[in-house]
Order: sequence, then C-alpha cells, then structure tokens
Amino acid sequence: MTSPEPAFDTDRAALVARLNTVLPAHCLLVDDEDLRPYECDGLTAYRELPMAVCLPETEGQVVDVLRTCHQLGVPVVARGAGTGLSGGAMPHAQGVVLSLARFNKILRVDREARLAVVQPGVRNLAVSEAAAPFSLYYAPDPSSQIACTLGGNVAENSGGVHCLKYGLTVHNVLRIRVVSIEGEVFEIGSEAPDSPGYDLLALLIGSEGMLGVVTEVTVKLVPKPELAQVVMASFDDVGKAGDAVARIIAAGIIPAGLEMMDKPATAAVEPYVKAGYDLDAAAILLCESDGTPEEVAEEISRVTEVLTAAGAGNIRVSQSETERLRFWAGRKAAFPAVGRITPDYYCMDGTIPRKRLAEMLAAIVEMEKKYALRCANVFHAGDGNLHPLIMYDAAKHGEWERAEAFGAEILELSVALGGSITGEHGVGIEKINQMCVQYKTPELETFRRIKAAFDETGLLNPGKAVPSLHRCAEYGRMHVHHGEIKFPELERF
Amino acid sequence: MMLDDLVAALRAAHDSQTPLRIRGAGSKDFYGGMLAGEVLDVAAYRGIVAYEPTELYVTAKCGTPLAEVEAALAEKGQMLAFEPPHFSGATVGGCVAAGLSGPRRQQAGAVRDFILGVKLIDGAGQVLDFGGQVMKNVAGYDVSRLLAGSMGTLGVLAEVTLKVLPQPVAEQTLVFTMDEAEAIKRLNQWGGQPLPVSASFWHGGQLWLRLSGARAAVDAAYRKLGGTLAVDAENHWISVREQTHPAFAGSILWRLALPSTVHSPGLDGLRAIEWGGGLRWYAGELDAVRGAAARAGGHAVLFRAPESLRCREGAFASLLPAMLALHRRLKNSFDPRRILNLGRLYAEF
Repeated sequence: MTSPEPAFDTDRAALVARLNTVLPAHCLLVDDEDLRPYECDGLTAYRELPMAVCLPETEGQVVDVLRTCHQLGVPVVARGAGTGLSGGAMPHAQGVVLSLARFNKILRVDREARLAVVQPGVRNLAVSEAAAPFSLYYAPDPSSQIACTLGGNVAENSGGVHCLKYGLTVHNVLRIRVVSIEGEVFEIGSEAPDSPGYDLLALLIGSEGMLGVVTEVTVKLVPKPELAQVVMASFDDVGKAGDAVARIIAAGIIPAGLEMMDKPATAAVEPYVKAGYDLDAAAILLCESDGTPEEVAEEISRVTEVLTAAGAGNIRVSQSETERLRFWAGRKAAFPAVGRITPDYYCMDGTIPRKRLAEMLAAIVEMEKKYALRCANVFHAGDGNLHPLIMYDAAKHGEWERAEAFGAEILELSVALGGSITGEHGVGIEKINQMCVQYKTPELETFRRIKAAFDETGLLNPGKAVPSLHRCAEYGRMHVHHGEIKFPELERF
Repeated sequence: MMLDDLVAALRAAHDSQTPLRIRGAGSKDFYGGMLAGEVLDVAAYRGIVAYEPTELYVTAKCGTPLAEVEAALAEKGQMLAFEPPHFSGATVGGCVAAGLSGPRRQQAGAVRDFILGVKLIDGAGQVLDFGGQVMKNVAGYDVSRLLAGSMGTLGVLAEVTLKVLPQPVAEQTLVFTMDEAEAIKRLNQWGGQPLPVSASFWHGGQLWLRLSGARAAVDAAYRKLGGTLAVDAENHWISVREQTHPAFAGSILWRLALPSTVHSPGLDGLRAIEWGGGLRWYAGELDAVRGAAARAGGHAVLFRAPESLRCREGAFASLLPAMLALHRRLKNSFDPRRILNLGRLYAEF
C-alpha cells in the first residue's frame, strides 16, 4: 500500500539544535536508547522511534516546543502515561514526542466547589485519592486508572465501568488549558456551568491530541456514595444475560456498574484472582448499586427480582466491601488474566446496541473458527461497549495478521449492527481504516476541516484518528470484493 | 416535509448565497442575537424516528415538539433528564441549538451531556451523520455535542438522538426560609454530600429544594434536611422551567452562569438562584454586569431584553480575539458561504 499520509522531511540536527535552545538538557532526549521506551503506547504491535522526546516542566516550555515545531514543520505527538490501547501516542518517525509526564502536580482540591485542578500528567486514581479526605472522588475510572493520566483521559474521552450512571470524561471535565500548535494558550470551559460561544470542551475532549496540547485540567468531584453493593448472577446462555440487561434498564434502574463476562473470560480470570465466579455459566453479570444504605437495599432487591425473572441461575449479593471488591477484582483483572494464558492478546473496543449482543457473540464464535484464534469477551453491558480479547502469539508467523483481520471484522460488524468502532479507547492508528467504514466522505471531510481550524499545517499527531480520503480509497479497494458489501444479511443503519 | 426538501432549500440558499434564519416553533425568537435572513421553517419536519426504551435513546426530527417526545417517554416511565424549557411549543431542534437546560441540570447534566448523535445539514447542503445511538462512541471528533448551543450557526439539526433516563421513583420538594448568602452556603454544602438533590430555586428569601430518586433515599434526605414540604411542587418547578414564575418578570433579564460558590458578584437586582448556585438571574438595566460576571469566573447572557438593548450589548459575552478567530474558522468549516443564522450567536459571524 502506498503511503496515504502527508510526508514530512525533518532535519534532525537542526531540530535538536533548536529544541536545545528552549529546553534544559534534562528535558530533552535524543539518543536511541533513551527514545526506545517511547516507541509505542499500550498497543505494542505498532512501534516507531521519534527523532526526539521533549519533557517540558512548564507551560512556557510547552509553548516554546510547539512554536519551534510549528516553525520547522515538525510533527508533534503528545503523550501521557502511554497506556492508550489504540496507538494514539505512537511516535511519528519524523517528529517529536511531547511527554507531559512532568506535569504531575495536583494544583488545588476545592472541597466547597467540588472540583480539582490538576496538571495533565497526574494519574487518574491520584485525583480520587487526593479528594478522599473530603468524601469526594473523580468518577471516570478506566481500568488503567492506577497509571493513566488525566491529559490522556481528556485526549481519549476515557470511560470506565461506572459511565452509564456517572458519565465519561466529557461529562466530568469543567475546564482545560490548551496550547495550540502555534503556541497560543486557550482556556476552554470554566468553573461555571457553561461558557460563551461554541462548546469547544466537547470538541477537544476525545480529539486524540490532534487539536491542541492540554496543560491543565479542572475536573468535577462528586460525593462518594455511602455504600455500594454488587449482585453477581450466572446465566446458562449469553442471550439470556443480554436480555437481563435490557430488563434491568426497562425496570427503570440505572446501576452504578453493569458488566458481563463470557465463559472464556471467567475461565481465564478465576484461577488468577479467585473471585468466586461460576465457571459453568455461559456468562456472568455484575450489577452494582450505590447510594444511601436505604437506596441500595431497595435497588438490590429490585435487581435481584429482575435477574431471577430473566432466568439467572446462581445469584449472589456482596455482603461486605471485601467481597464487593473481590467480585470486581476479576473483571478489573480480565486483561492481565487473559495475558497469562496467551503470549499476546489484542483488545477490541466496539460498541453495539445492547439488544444485538447475542448476535455479536455468535458472530465472534464463527470468527474464532475462521481465523483459528481464541477470543474472550468482557463487556460494559450497561453501555453496550464490548472488549473482545483476541488471543494470538506474535512469535508465530501470520498470527498477528490474523488477529488484526479478526479485530477489523468485529469492528465492521459493530458498525453494521448500529454501533461504533470505538467506545472508549480511541481510533489512534489502530482503527484508522475502520473510520472509513464508520463515516462517509463528507463527515471525514468535515473532521479534516475542524482539524485545520485548529492546526492548519497538520502537525499535531498526523496520521491518527481521521484517515485521509486517499487511505479510505485504498482500504475500500482492499475490502470490497466483486462489488459485495460485508454482512449483506444485515439491515443497514 | 422530507429531508430532501430541507436539503434542496439549503443547497439553493448556498448557491445563491441567501442568508437563512432557521426556525422551529419560534419559541426562542427572543433569545440570542438579532434575527436575520429568510425564514427556513423546519417545523413540518417532525416526528419520532426511533424510540428504544431499553437502549435509553430517542431519535426525533428537528420540528418535533418537545411535548410530543416527552409524552412518548412518559408512557414508558422515562424522561429528558435535562428538563428543557418549552416556552411556547419548543421543538427538539431548537432545544439542542439553543442549548438551554432546566432545573434538573444540576443533578443530571445539560443538553449537551445527553446528545448521542445528530443528522446535520451543513451550510453547503450536505447531509452529515455524527455520533449514533450508543452511549459510548469516541470515533471522530464529538461534533454532536459541539452543536448544542451553537444557535443554528453550523447547520440544520435535521435529526437528533438523545439519551433518555428513567423518571425518578419518588420526588419531594422542601422549602426553607433563608437569605442569599445562606442559600449559597447551604447549596454548596449539600452539593458535597451524597444527597438526591435534583433542583434548587431561591427567590425572595425562600429556597425550594427538590429531592428525586429511590423512595428510601428521598425519605432519608427529607428526614436529614428538614424544611417544609411544598404544596403543588410540580407546578412550581414547571413555572421555574418555563420562567412563568414571578421571579422572572420584567423586560430585562440577565442570566449569569457562575462558579456555584461565588457569594455575590456585586450586583443589585438578584431575582433568583438555580442549579445549586451555578445559575443566577438578575433583572434591570445593569451597568457592568458582564465585567462583574467575568471577574467572578463566569459569564452573563442578556437573556430577555428589548431589541435595542440586545443590539447594543450583544446577547452573549464577547470572546477574546484569538477565540473569536477560532470560532470564525469553525463556522467556515460548516458554513463556508456564511448563510446560516448570521449574527444569532455573535454579530461577527
């Protein structure tokens, strides 16, 4: 395939010389062995060495680095903790990585106003820890919350297991400071409920480092519920489990968390964490209720009733905080647990309408045969976000290519079922081709114009998130055979 | 009316560079910048396209009255949780374009928080689909939410998909007697506690507080907070949402969005406080209100005013030059010939 992305031709020596004038020596990495740790993010299958890594310590230095790169026409890839799963922080071979790792201070926790002002390199969990003395916390809790940073959460609009009730990053960020590629500092949003003009906060959150570099984030803190309890239910059929999810919602219940794991996932997890999962079940559901003790008791009894009516076999309710955490431990450890039983795994992130779940899982079983690879499924059932974990061995010839094709087919089926190619991990480099399936040309052109409104020369994270039309044309030629469309049996959305 | 009719109207206007003024029910003609351009009446493009209670979304065409959507949701025990004002017959398109939320915004979030997807006709007459019907979707920039409050300057919101939520099982409104300073203090204290407060409204020395949620939670909060149970609470909250409450009377009304903890921005003429302190309403021809709001960390909208005053002051707080330039570039990305709702947001575009 010919290179569909704009080419850059960076003079490395000139770049390093200029960066040396704006950064102290300990803030600039240029030797290959120092650059190596930055060659990929959480999606390790895609790697690239940058020309330099900048580790600024002040906003002024961020401005200078961006101005320098703008003047020299050098691509810039911003990076937080590098835990992203879509290759969004994969470096550009002709560019610099702008690491915000040293922006690691919590600037203010305001109890009365229920907000925290933090630098973008602060870890997600650290915000909740700092707010804990006030019985407040930051709601979005991606599974990587021990390591992932707020700057990265803003770039990816990260979710977590509690977003059905508490929202995504976009619902929990009040204000950001952003530096444009030209080095201009913008303050977007405020501590007030809204701001004049367009809702640029919504546009910036989830923009994958393509529109600006975040240097400060103000987040909303919410009161910690007095109590949380989780119901664990087993089902002998995934369709029944999916139906149970719909019934809970139809009963007017919005649980704090609603997660599903299929049999291969529980089989991988149980020996690792001993959460007490029913290994005979085709699927298990975890349904969390939080609030005042009275509220939780009322909701748990309603949930239990609905689950029983939906045909749940074994139903257990956590009787202590320790037990609640144990039930969750398995779900939170699903990725590393799968990592124990296979040399490599490839995590997908499609969303689908909940009612199509059984269909999707049946299709995945067929794909396992087609690509001769195993797949375990964990599912944010409450909001339709599926994480199939495709198991492969990178050392075996052809397995990664089969895993990649398997993943692409899942994503394209997600779109065909009325969903999306990514619920919370972002497009990055990984799903760039599937964007051509998700959107038509006019939408992609609109994205490109929005990008140009912020970054006319296209230097911020080039080649990610929004494919060029050329790339889509190439991808279309590869994937449409004999004029047939995929999944012809499905109704189109 | 068909989608093609709207597309044809937009293309013709684009080709002839005719400014258009998009109009649903006209319930918010009073709001925003000056009305200009040939009326593009979208009221006839109406109807609920899809409503899936168990998937928690509703898709409706722009001209659908909010009342029609809310009635359909109520049949299944659901609601638009941001509790938008109807004024006189507001439509779904106008609701999203104006971006106005009602009393429950303090608990549930604003219009923009509930937008899942849109079908947009841009200024060149192209039909664009952004977002979708699923709760989580991070493919591409979040254009759908950008459109909330864009006042029709970026395109015609032909169809909108909104997240819906179950109606609360129980609701109770408590009334307290207290002054402005005490109300601000208490609202912020309560905001930091796990209480099911879904709306607040202070006016003339009285604070109304609505509790919504599970029966047990509402009862427990009532026991904890005290106060007097309000009579006819439902109509009270409707009068707040619709601004038929006497607090909103008068020909000039300013809407100040402020950090909830600001004690007083130093202005006379306070009429009401909502959203746990985040929203304050002032009446009268106030000098320097914009400056005071900005110094307090928020902004002021000239919400209702005679045309002459709105023309002079602008409806919305002005933007810094770099921010205004960015707005212009975004406007051009969607409406290259600048034909849509000119001046409705800012006189400059």
